[in-house]
Amino acid sequence: MEIKVGMADMNVCSPPDTIITLGLGSCIGVVLWDPEKKVCGMVHVMLPDSTQITQNSNRAKFADTGIEDLLQKIIAKGAKKERVVAKIAGGAQMFSINTNSPSLRVGERNIEAVKKTLKRLGIRLVAEDTGENYGRTVLFHPDTGEYTIKAIGKEIKSI
Amino acid sequence: MSDLSIESISENYFDVLKELGNIGAGNATTALASMLQSKVDMRVPQVRMLEFKDVGAILGGEEQEMVGVYLGVGGDISGSILFLVRREVATHLANKVMMGMGSGEFGEMEQSAFKEISNIITGAYLNALASMTGMMITPTVPDLTIDMAGAILSVPAVEFGIYGDNILLIQSQISDEIDIDGFFIMVPDMESYEKILKSLGILG
Repeated sequence: MEIKVGMADMNVCSPPDTIITLGLGSCIGVVLWDPEKKVCGMVHVMLPDSTQITQNSNRAKFADTGIEDLLQKIIAKGAKKERVVAKIAGGAQMFSINTNSPSLRVGERNIEAVKKTLKRLGIRLVAEDTGENYGRTVLFHPDTGEYTIKAIGKEIKSI
Repeated sequence: MSDLSIESISENYFDVLKELGNIGAGNATTALASMLQSKVDMRVPQVRMLEFKDVGAILGGEEQEMVGVYLGVGGDISGSILFLVRREVATHLANKVMMGMGSGEFGEMEQSAFKEISNIITGAYLNALASMTGMMITPTVPDLTIDMAGAILSVPAVEFGIYGDNILLIQSQISDEIDIDGFFIMVPDMESYEKILKSLGILG
């Protein structure tokens, strides 16, 4: 089965299932995976920092709280924190116009915030496909640890 | 910072968007008809408030290939506008405007033509908003992208995401030979929401 993760949402998954999020733009698909237990989780992060926002009840929306919660979720499924590694994809800048809107640069800020949170939690980032200016559909296989990335007009790649 | 959330202002703003949708889509249809030199029919535009997770479905899935034109808004308010159509619709419109000079595809020339079409459509909405509120509203130069619906929508979703978990959009349906479903998303910043509602006498 393919387990779907929506925008500002998270889920966990173990083999033979896979976990997918469709059409990531400036958002980031953060995968945490325990290679021994083969359990993984994915969070679709939209914004970098919950402490900067008053409407922050949806913890999956933010890099800081989303990754924290996801780690707890996979630990509850039997993952050991010491073994958990991370793979991330997304964080594109979809448009470039001359504006002072900080939300256009949010992809870049999301990437930074995700890395900072992983570091704080002591999780090793083992692969990433981030930035650029195009959307991505991402699919993770918890049996092999393969993170497959699809984009329009580009070859499918795995990280 | 204001403590208004998009949920709390949405009811009022929803009505504003409905009115804006009607006038704006009407203006846009007239402009489009003269640009295309053909008859164009318009149905009543739908204003929708959607949860993030449901946004993809209305556009035909998160992976639906779409053309998005994004521009900033300045003047008395600030914010941004995204105009979104399916790729085949953009191709059809651009080639029609080019009156036989187009390639039938969606290459550089057609993209440039489509930007012009988007300018006219977004301009029609902005003029409607300006005349409703009596404010001066000016658009910036637009940027165009062709990508998955979900990826393009992440841009306004992030802006809405700062205030809540919903996205507000106007779905306008126009038809000439084909059905043209256009999605128009306007995201004023929070101060501008208040300015818009105040100028319409909705907020005191």
